Order: sequence, then C-alpha cells, then structure tokens
Amino acid sequence: MKILICISNVPDTTTKIRFVNDNKAFDTNGVQWIINPWDELALTRALELKEGSGGKIEKVSVISVGSHGAEPTLRKALAIGADDAIRINAEPKDAYFVASQIAAAIKDEGYDMIIAGIESSDYNGSAVGGMIAELLSIPNVSSVSKIDVEGDNVVLKREIDGGSEVLATQLPFVAIIQKGVALEPRIPSMRGIMMARQKPLKVVEPVETESLTEFVDFSLPPAKAACKMVDPENMKELVNLLHTEAKVL
Amino acid sequence: MSILVYTENWDGKFKKLSYELVSYGKGIADMMGTSLIVISIGDVDQGELKKLGDYGSDKIIEVKNGKLNHLINSAYSSIISQVAEKEGATVVILSNNFTGKALAPRVSVKLKAGLVSGVNAMPSSTDPFIVQKKTFTGKAFANVKINSVNKILTLAQNSYGIKETENKARIESFEPQLSDNDFRTEVKDVKKVTGKVLLTDAEIVVSGGRGMKGPENWGPIEELAGLLGAATACSRPVSDKGWRPHEEHTGQTGKIIAPNLYIAAGISGAIQHLAGVSSSKCIVAINKDHEAPIFEAADYGVIGDVQKVLPDLIEAVKEFKSEN
Repeated sequence: MKILICISNVPDTTTKIRFVNDNKAFDTNGVQWIINPWDELALTRALELKEGSGGKIEKVSVISVGSHGAEPTLRKALAIGADDAIRINAEPKDAYFVASQIAAAIKDEGYDMIIAGIESSDYNGSAVGGMIAELLSIPNVSSVSKIDVEGDNVVLKREIDGGSEVLATQLPFVAIIQKGVALEPRIPSMRGIMMARQKPLKVVEPVETESLTEFVDFSLPPAKAACKMVDPENMKELVNLLHTEAKVL
Repeated sequence: MSILVYTENWDGKFKKLSYELVSYGKGIADMMGTSLIVISIGDVDQGELKKLGDYGSDKIIEVKNGKLNHLINSAYSSIISQVAEKEGATVVILSNNFTGKALAPRVSVKLKAGLVSGVNAMPSSTDPFIVQKKTFTGKAFANVKINSVNKILTLAQNSYGIKETENKARIESFEPQLSDNDFRTEVKDVKKVTGKVLLTDAEIVVSGGRGMKGPENWGPIEELAGLLGAATACSRPVSDKGWRPHEEHTGQTGKIIAPNLYIAAGISGAIQHLAGVSSSKCIVAINKDHEAPIFEAADYGVIGDVQKVLPDLIEAVKEFKSEN
C-alpha cells in the first residue's frame, strides 16, 4: 500500500495578517512558513500506520504545489519521516488549479490512500482533497477523525453534525482529515533532519490547466469597540447588559 | 438559468441553517432576476419540505432512495450536479459545514464551477461575480471573483440570517442516474449525540479554558450552559489534555463558530482561539489576568477568578430567568 499526503505551505498560525499592493496580496514579509496543521496530522498518522503495518505500507509520499520557496516545508515533511516528496513547480492559483496539478501528477503512480487536510489555514478553501477525488473518479471520505488499516481494509471514523460514523471504503480513495486522526503532530528528530537531505524530492513541471476563481482584494475585520468591564461582584449587572444592551439574552 | 440550494436534513427535519441557506439563495436569485430551486436528498415528509418555501424557494426537488440514508459523497454530488444541469442552475449553494465541505468540491469539478468556500455576505456584484469570504481563519476577508460560467458557494453558518417570504413553492421528485461506482464507501455504524445542544447549532456557547484548572471543575460551565440552552465548548489545550472531548475544541484547528453569545471562562484568548470565535455577535470574557488577549476581542469583560465568578453568574441568570 502506498500513501500520499497533500501538503499546503501556509503561514505560521501566529502570523499577524497584513496585505500589500492596495490590499491585493498577502504580505509575506517576515512570515514563517509551516506545514498546514491538518496536513501535519495526516502525515503523522500515515507514518504511524506505516510503522504498524509490518511492511504492508511500503511508502508515504508528500506532494505540494508551489515554487522553490515551498521546498523547506517539503524537507520538513521528509524530516518528520515521509519517504519522498514531489513538488509541482507552479504558484498555486486556486483550489481547482492545485487539485488538477496533483491529480495529473499522481494518476499513474498507484497511490492507494491520498490524504488531504480539511482546509488550509490561509485561504480556507476546503476543496483540494474532494476535487482530486472527483478528478480521479475515486471515492472520498471527508471530516475523518480516525484512520485504521485492518488487513487490506481501511476503516474510517467520520464526524457528522452531532455524532460520528464508521465507514469502510474501496481503494484507492481520498481521506479528508480533521482534528483527531493523530494526537500531536510529530516533530522531526535530529536524525530525521539529517536523513531528509538525502531523500528524493522530485520537481515536476505543471500541466496546462485553468483556475476558476481569483482573489480581487483582502480586508481586515473592523476594529472592535473597547471591552466594557463589569465588576466581578456584580454579575446581575452583566446579565442586565446582555439583556438590554447586547440583546443576546 | 436558476439558483440551486442543497440542504441536508437531520432525521427528516431541517434546521435553522437550512432556512438560512434558502434565504441566502433567494437573495442571490433576486439579484440575478431568476428563480430559486432547493434540493433535498433522503426521507423528508411533504410538510417539512413545504417549509423551505417559507424562505423563498420556488421549487423543491426531493430525491428519495433507500441507498441514500447516509451521506455518500460520490452519489450525493452526482445527484446535485444532475439536478443543476437539468434545471440550468448556474449558481449552486451549500452550507460550509461538514456536509457542504464534503460535497462542494466534487460538484465543482463535475460542473466546472468555480468554488468559493465560507462566503459570509451577498455577492457585491453578479457580473462579474464577486463575493466575500473569510480567509486566514477569520483573521481577514477576501473578495473572490468567479470566472467560470457555473459557480458554487458554501455559506458560513449564521452569517446571513433568515428571511421569510410568501410561500409559492411546489414540490417535485427527481430520479437520479446512479451507478455502483457512486457507492464505493459504506457506512457501517452511526453514533449520535443526544440530549445536547450541538456546538454548531447553538445560539449561545459557554466555553472553558485552562483557567478552569481541571476537568472536575466543569460543573459550573455545564450548569450555566444548561440554564441558557447553550452548547459547551473548550480551548485547544483543554481538548489536548483530554479534559474535554475534541469535538468541543473551538479555534483555528477546531470548530469555527458564530453564536450570538460566546462566554469564555478561563480562556486567555490565543490568536488561534480567537480565529475560531471572533465571528460571535457578542463575547463575554471571564479571566483573572487583566492582560489576557481575550479582553481585546471581548465585548464584556470580568476580571476575576472563574471559580468564584461563574457561580455568581449562574445565580444572576437564574434570577433573570425567573423574572423574564
């Protein structure tokens, strides 16, 4: 069995968000780039599955669409433990563009399980995993919070509004994961970092494809009015404010 | 041309979010001078279906099939696409909840429809089609232009509201073309949480953080939530420590919520937490540290020990409830 993790290269989650060029572009100045938090959990779980598979899972690969600047993020994925990496050499334009690139690059590579995060923490598209599944005409299971491999079968737990379901799926398929699949993202060891330099990172050129959407401009939420402080000894006053002023009680 | 809204049902019933989706679809249909069609998949009775008309749906299409009792992404997205094609729908709208996130990308590829996820306002124009969404997990907004003829949107919950109109809806049924290929996943078991207000549905949410000091101290959070008909939530450290189930984690990597009232007890307000709750209409923060960043996001603040403040707040709410 071969597993592929789709990696999105995103700003560190503590980044102060600013825009440049008349608010038409995200200000990347001084930004630390990381593996999208969900993708990191996906990679961690894939490695756990591989280690527990007794050799049945032969490979965990990572793939990302991005320019040369995205390579440190892929190297980090290799340092965490992925076996090899693919970078599609193009600026990610929109979800359809990214999914089309990944689908084209992997369609003959025989991956059994493709895992994507439920969204990326920058543009929150929640789309790439599902689009890859549709482009490859394979099933997908979304909002997955648990993945297990039992013999030749993959068993998944899916979160639904107000509960959860257990699913079985035919292979190959795409799992779109959220919190829960792994407890803590794995941190690269010193040895992992050394080994990552030797691991294959293949660069492939993009295929001709279109994007269907484009960002026009960005804005920051309006500043919030100052917080009104209420005396901790007077909770009656707080309830009164919530009722008469905020009108939420 | 038409606008198509898909709403799921929960054991045969629709929810506020269904009516919000229909209201939003009606708004776009009016902007574009066209009709609104709503599709429902699964077992829903005629009376319940008819309610969708109260929010502006001109036609309600029901698809019933014993194999469709659980969400199967391939089958559901295939049905939505077939109906969109049959009805000449150029804009398809789903919720940005788990189900919408599961289906919209597949429908997007099938219809070659540019997808904007998590929209939170009416389009600012429909030609060109430009609509606002949240980005950077609520830390910013973006205007996105869709260049394709077909368009698909997922609506952020509680971002538009409900608007009732005169009910002129008629109900039709539709027989989709499905193949075995649409059923390659199978639901083996379902577990439903009962008797609790769901976090994503809740108008009021009471949330606890590390300042609660331990899972044994959650009594007042649950009591206050019970009194207010609220859902309970928590910050990431709390779910990571296993004090509360991870379904309750609100924040950047947990649930993104937008209730009318969010009460944060003992939560310092890390930027990742605020990203998940900043769309709340009103935020109350209770924290003993006056420098906690939660106070910058809050509308009302109480500086004090949660162990002392919460019981007082519970008493005050009880008194209020008995008077109103």
